[in-house]
Amino acid sequence: MKILVCISVVPDTTTKITFTENNTKFNEVGVQFIINPYDELALTKALEIAEANNGTVTAIHVGPANNDANLRKALAIGANDAVRIDKTAADAQDVAQEIAYYAKAENFDIILTGRESIDYNSGQVCGLIGALLNIPSINVVTKCEFNGNIASLERDIDGGREQITVKTPFVASAQKDLVVPRIPNMRGITAARTKPLIVLAATYDAILSIHQKYELPLPKASVKMIPAENAEELIRLLREEAKII
Amino acid sequence: MSVLVYIEVNNGEIKKSSLEASSYAASVAASLSKKCVAVILQSANNVEASLGKYGVEEIYQAQISGSLNPALYADAISEAAKESAANIVIISNTYTGKAISPRLAVKMDASICSNVLDLPTSTAPFMVKKGVFSGKAFAFVSLEKENKIIALTPNSIDLTIVNRTPIMKALQLPESQESSYEVSGQQLQTGAIPLTEAELVVSGGRGMKGPENWNLIEDLAKTLNAATACSKPVSDMEWRPHSEHVGQTGITIKPNLYIAIGISGAIQHLAGVSSSKVICVINKDSEAPFFKAADYGIVGDALEILPKLIAAAKLLS
Repeated sequence: MKILVCISVVPDTTTKITFTENNTKFNEVGVQFIINPYDELALTKALEIAEANNGTVTAIHVGPANNDANLRKALAIGANDAVRIDKTAADAQDVAQEIAYYAKAENFDIILTGRESIDYNSGQVCGLIGALLNIPSINVVTKCEFNGNIASLERDIDGGREQITVKTPFVASAQKDLVVPRIPNMRGITAARTKPLIVLAATYDAILSIHQKYELPLPKASVKMIPAENAEELIRLLREEAKII
Repeated sequence: MSVLVYIEVNNGEIKKSSLEASSYAASVAASLSKKCVAVILQSANNVEASLGKYGVEEIYQAQISGSLNPALYADAISEAAKESAANIVIISNTYTGKAISPRLAVKMDASICSNVLDLPTSTAPFMVKKGVFSGKAFAFVSLEKENKIIALTPNSIDLTIVNRTPIMKALQLPESQESSYEVSGQQLQTGAIPLTEAELVVSGGRGMKGPENWNLIEDLAKTLNAATACSKPVSDMEWRPHSEHVGQTGITIKPNLYIAIGISGAIQHLAGVSSSKVICVINKDSEAPFFKAADYGIVGDALEILPKLIAAAKLLS
């Protein structure tokens, strides 16, 4: 079973977000970059499936060379090999097109992504790859079990859950309950140094969207404090002042 | 030419998020002198009246039988776009919308922007505001292709009443492709309000001291007709299900009211809720960072404050 896992590299969750160049560019100075947390779930699930089905796991990333350290981390966690498409992607469609182009020639049985990346929050890559490769796509997956080439999945739907069966090949995106993410151990870290990490040139250059400018939320006006002994007052204020209940 | 909106149905009712998407579509259509057209693929009550109210002029209706396969929905919506000569499609950024919209973008060879929070800031170039860094910032994104898809986050825009009488049309569904995709079961929470679409949210953190005290959160939520949520530690300790976890690695919400009880307000949590219109914070630590992001605050023990709030809310309702 051949599995492809899509890795996005994102600022650490504790990052204070700022912008440079007149608010047109994310300020990367002093920022620690990590594997997108949802992609770590996808990677761990891929390893579990590969271990149970005598499969292999390839990690793919679309990004510049300074993200190689995080691809090495994916190898240390257990991926067999890694591919980096050398490109600073413009948006989710850009990423998905590059991955789909690579995947088309390789005939993967399963492609896994995270539910969304925690930087640009598009949540589109799974469905885009599915449509580009004309295979089923299942997003926000919380369970995934195999019986031969038939997978039984569970996914979040708005206000509930849904069970799906699908045959390989398909693409799915990982949601929090799917698995507990693995962390690299010493043996893995040593092994990762000699595992293959291939760098490929980008294929597409058409522009579909442009992030023109960024903005930070306006700071809140000062908080109105209510003494604990008059806590009921909060309910009155929400009705009469804020007018929202 | 027209602007097309995709209408989601839940238990035979048009979802509020789809009414918002309709209102959005009507507004974009008006600013571009185009027609506002809707497509609905399941049966629902009061389709004509509820969509006409928010400015829809024409409704394409069809019923997809069998599995709720996103690929089939994308094909059907694309067909409706072709029929109505639509080059802009508005779809809700719900789990369903997120399953369908990327496939629709490929089908229509369109630019897509998801997590959109407001009406376009300009139509030439066509530019929209989207949430990025999980609520920590916004981006203004221009969609460069002729065809465009906007996935609108629920609770982002106010409904504008226009009151039109839409024309109903039958949509001829395209021939469905072979697919191994099959929905084998579905469980919808009945009674509870889906967190992503809730207008009011009551949320608890470690300050609740244990899952046995959650009846207080639920009581307040029920009295206010609100959804319940929790912080990351609470879901990590399995006091509450992961589906209730709001924050950077949980879900991002933007209700009208967010009441945070016993949550200190770590940067990752704030990211998920900072777009809420009004934030109330109840915490025993007066130095809790959440107070800086709050509109109303009470310093005190969650378990002592909550019964007072419940009693006061019950008096109102």
